[in-house]
Amino acid sequence: MTSATLSSLDNLLRTLEHREPERVPLILMLTMHGAKELGMELREYYARADCVAEGQLALQERYRHDVAVAFGYAAAEVEARGGDVVFRPNGPPVAGRPILSGPEDIRAMAQVDVQNTPCLARVLDSTRMLADAIGGQILIVGIVVSPFSAPVMQLGFEAYLDLLHSGDPAFDRLMEINQRFCIDWANAQLAAGANAICYFDPLSSTTMLPLEKLRDTGFPIARATIAEINGPAGIHLASGRVLPSVDDLATTGAAMIGVSALEDLSEVKAACGDRLAVLGNLNGIELARCSPEGAREMVRETIRKGAPGGGFLLSDNHGEIPYQVSDEVLRAVVEAGREYGRYPIREDL
Amino acid sequence: MQSPHVDELTDALLAMDRVRASECMKSAVNGGPPLQGVETLVVPALDRIGEMWAEGGVALSQVYMSGRICEELVDQILPPASPSRKRQPRMAIAVLEDQHLLGKRIVYAILRASGYELEDYGAVELDTLVTRALDDDIELLLVSTLMLPAALRVADLVSALKEAGSDCRVVVGGAPFTLTEDLWKDVGAYAMGATATDAIELASAWRDDGGGQQ
Repeated sequence: MTSATLSSLDNLLRTLEHREPERVPLILMLTMHGAKELGMELREYYARADCVAEGQLALQERYRHDVAVAFGYAAAEVEARGGDVVFRPNGPPVAGRPILSGPEDIRAMAQVDVQNTPCLARVLDSTRMLADAIGGQILIVGIVVSPFSAPVMQLGFEAYLDLLHSGDPAFDRLMEINQRFCIDWANAQLAAGANAICYFDPLSSTTMLPLEKLRDTGFPIARATIAEINGPAGIHLASGRVLPSVDDLATTGAAMIGVSALEDLSEVKAACGDRLAVLGNLNGIELARCSPEGAREMVRETIRKGAPGGGFLLSDNHGEIPYQVSDEVLRAVVEAGREYGRYPIREDL
Repeated sequence: MQSPHVDELTDALLAMDRVRASECMKSAVNGGPPLQGVETLVVPALDRIGEMWAEGGVALSQVYMSGRICEELVDQILPPASPSRKRQPRMAIAVLEDQHLLGKRIVYAILRASGYELEDYGAVELDTLVTRALDDDIELLLVSTLMLPAALRVADLVSALKEAGSDCRVVVGGAPFTLTEDLWKDVGAYAMGATATDAIELASAWRDDGGGQQ
């Protein structure tokens, strides 16, 4: 067995070039587990930039995986506009009641100063701390919610779907405001030391909206937004299906796509070709229930389907590993990833 | 027996064409009992759309809009106060400890479009949900979840209802249960709805067996 010669970051870049790296990059999206490392409640943990950075470094030490995430929680984007966030002891904080109640509120929206809004500034501080500690060695990923998907938190899902189908010009205004925010927020994270941006866009999945509607809305918005982000971007549909829209998603400018556990990874990989690297698609909910042996088997099967030829990163299907996934299972994922994910991938896997 | 207009209504709903959907409904009812029109036309069309969503063939927004359109049309021929509305089992629907309301709204609309009446508790915490279900003597409680912590919390809900002596059947739905086949059993639910229209089947089964034991 030869020892690894590529750094974590170089190994990852090679797979993004659709070449076989030395090993399958392991992207554990552990946005909450840092709190466990520090013995803190989630609310207390997210309130301190130094704790988030320290938690990520502790997770890095524990699992030796290929990503650090300074991101706190998606609902920070509505908190930045004065919205409530509901904290729970065992899961990601979620947006409280919608901050917008209709077109009047949309017309009155102002831009957010991403540098000087406390809940966002904390993420930038964490990012800087991580960049100081591990920049250039490990991928530091910044996260944004897409302009098209953010209104689910801002308006509530039902009201947003009604707006989408109403033809009201308030939709265009909302997209314009959200797009400016998204670009500013992504670029601020890159400037703080993130190497790449994960553009979360669950609504741009055919699980949520018909392809024809997405061709008029979500996809052109993604193209225009990603074009103004000053760094590489991946697009994640957070468990939504990608297969019916791979050709469209490949034109958004994203280099990588997150894949749903509901889809066959081999089929998605074949459809993406060398246009998009694929990230996925371990079932995070299943990881919260299964034994370490079950996790190993899931990893083996995922690598078998996704890894040959490169262009693949092992991760969960949602972009956030549930807090309930145990250390024992995460260790099994890491060990199996290392064992089965060495290139060339075994043919008998 | 299904109405010959099921295909046409399905197409109209997927195209979000209210006018055409309304015409289908008028043709199907055609002076007969409204509930019969609902059961032979609306329920099969919504069921078909639900299955198409589960297979990835249509989007959730289409399921939502279909439910909304049918709910409005059925309200016209079968108003909420109509004695023909189905009020058994005593049903309620809620989102447990979350603010993601769309799944609940879809199931609520589809049940109402199928002639059922039910309580909508909105987004509630566990204690409130238990209290309301007991106060209303709910027999079939539909719980929508989007995130894993809420899905796991159903186990506490089931225990609390049992401890209070309730025979209420707790039916769960939402992404965590769709992504993991047996999670609903782990949390002690009576059943899991993979699609919104499964709720119609469960309500209908309750009526058939009178809420008897599994």
